[in-house]
Amino acid sequence: MHLMKLSFSMNNVIQFFFKLGSPQWFYKATGWLMPLLAILAAALLSWGMVKGLLYAPMDKVQGNSYRIIYIHVPASFVALSCYYMMAVLAGVYLIWRTKMAEVVLRCCAVIGAGMTFISLVTGAIWGKPTWGTWWVWDARVTSMFVLFFIYLGIYALSKAFEREDLGSKAAAVLALVGTVNIPIVYWSVDWWFALHQGATLKLTEKSAIDSSMLQPLLIMIAGTYCLYAFLILLHARADILRIEQKKQWVKDLVST
Amino acid sequence: MQFDSLQALIEMGGHGHFVWMAYGITFAVAIGLIAQPMLKRRRLLSALKTQHALENE
Repeated sequence: MHLMKLSFSMNNVIQFFFKLGSPQWFYKATGWLMPLLAILAAALLSWGMVKGLLYAPMDKVQGNSYRIIYIHVPASFVALSCYYMMAVLAGVYLIWRTKMAEVVLRCCAVIGAGMTFISLVTGAIWGKPTWGTWWVWDARVTSMFVLFFIYLGIYALSKAFEREDLGSKAAAVLALVGTVNIPIVYWSVDWWFALHQGATLKLTEKSAIDSSMLQPLLIMIAGTYCLYAFLILLHARADILRIEQKKQWVKDLVST
Repeated sequence: MQFDSLQALIEMGGHGHFVWMAYGITFAVAIGLIAQPMLKRRRLLSALKTQHALENE
């Protein structure tokens, strides 16, 4: 009896992932999430920005320039998270040829490149008043720069072939190979201590930041993750309509 | 509130242009990432609508 129950729930899980892999089901199942995620992201990001720009105290050493942390750190987090997700989807796509893994994998390349760009640019702007220079080939900065080009490479490869599935396969392989860069980004501040400061947030010990400065940062991180989820769905849903435009369900969607 | 006037908020003790430039560029990239799929979707749907109208003539 117990075993039957377990196998029944396992079946449900498998069925869920099976359905998730179908573009039509994915499109119809995610519609209600869009306004919810948009409102959540807008609310959290504006709340965090007001707190971070207007209410958080000035940093004793860095002055007001430190307020860039409220976009730099969340964007960097998402830039890396996006890569984890893309690498997992690349594996799923190469093994099972799941259509939705292919679609979201391509979306991740664009969104990840955007987030990495924000991370690099805000870092450079923050560097000018803090380090006295816009750019330095420090380990963290260099590995993020490499990440940006890996994202661009994945995007370019996904568009480089006449047959779209060949492009996706090549992109997925590059996404998996590029994973070697991720631990380098992650540990670069500890391995080669240069100009980039150490991690501000630590899970296992007390964070190196006062709570009045930390609170807006946590709000901004939550908001940026909501924005990221929103962007993934927005890009994926637009692409689903494109690849399924000849299917009856899209025709029905258009005619109503 | 850390700044007692709008002027002080804009200047941020000499760091204003760095902070506002960083936020401005981030905002522009975010708008781009949101607008791109929306435009793509709208273009596709209007093309499909025209096609649908032609087929039903």
